Amino acid sequence: MILAEIKSTILDQYPGSVIENEDLLNHQIEIEGSQWLKVATFMKENPNLSFDQLECITGIDTGDEGSLQSRYNLHSMEHRHKVEIVINHDRKNPKVPSIEQVWRIGDWFERETYDMFGITYEGHRDLRRILCPDDWEGWPLRKDYEGQESYHGIVVPKIKEEEGWE
Amino acid sequence: MGVLENKFQDNVIVASLDKILGWARSTSPWYFQFGLACCAIEMMASAASRHDLERIGMMPRSSPRQADVMIVAGTVTMKMALRVKKLYEQMADPKYVISMGSCATSGGPYWQHGYHVLKGVDLVVPVDVYVPGCPPRPEALIEGLLKLQEKIQTERPLTRKTA
Repeated sequence: MILAEIKSTILDQYPGSVIENEDLLNHQIEIEGSQWLKVATFMKENPNLSFDQLECITGIDTGDEGSLQSRYNLHSMEHRHKVEIVINHDRKNPKVPSIEQVWRIGDWFERETYDMFGITYEGHRDLRRILCPDDWEGWPLRKDYEGQESYHGIVVPKIKEEEGWE
Repeated sequence: MGVLENKFQDNVIVASLDKILGWARSTSPWYFQFGLACCAIEMMASAASRHDLERIGMMPRSSPRQADVMIVAGTVTMKMALRVKKLYEQMADPKYVISMGSCATSGGPYWQHGYHVLKGVDLVVPVDVYVPGCPPRPEALIEGLLKLQEKIQTERPLTRKTA
């Protein structure tokens, strides 16, 4: 199936769930965040789409002016087609329904994206940090992240970029 | 050993207890098997048959209770730093630490932008020998271990320290 067909199949079922965005590449679809869970379930279960494999979930911080994004790489073993789902979040309160119970691998992927970007996956049954310690402050892969000054009494030396090595 | 020298048969050695202890300690520093990153591969290579650390009396132990030397081989993250400290505290005296490679010594390539990396393991435990390299070759590690053995040998555990 080509992308346009995938898009129209989703739109036939859930009108208004796909957002048109001209900046996207020709394997990407932007989905309205609030409808993501039912769209995801549909994409997995519809026999013509049959996206049975979630390859990756990743987050993207597009900078101060832009938003946070979650991106989902889906693949269908049966039809051998791929698609990348883009969901934009409000920077101040990034949240999106969890698809952890649709594709079980989403459990750890969502925990990782939560750990690095602070995107809340609502409905996730065990949303904890996965790499950083539980008491870590901040979201490391965000553009505006500032490292903490000390961690459990261990001082983190601050090295300014312009000072360099000299 | 002045007066007592050559007073006994050839197979009797006269030395101070301090020296004998130093000799015994320095020639069997069992190390704590403790690999954190790619340096661990070199540490394993040092222990394996080609370089064979057991030649110099070093044997890997998997428990801190049985180990004398902790080789911090690899990147120490903040999360791990607390555990490194705990493991060091679990080791029995006398205990020594070798900081192996750039990461353990100073943060290495994560010096500037590694928000999660401890900038040198000496911030949490006292280090005896630093081995530079990224990662150091087994020869370099062995050099470091021999340096540590020299250091242990010069210690005088029984001599009363004068204030």
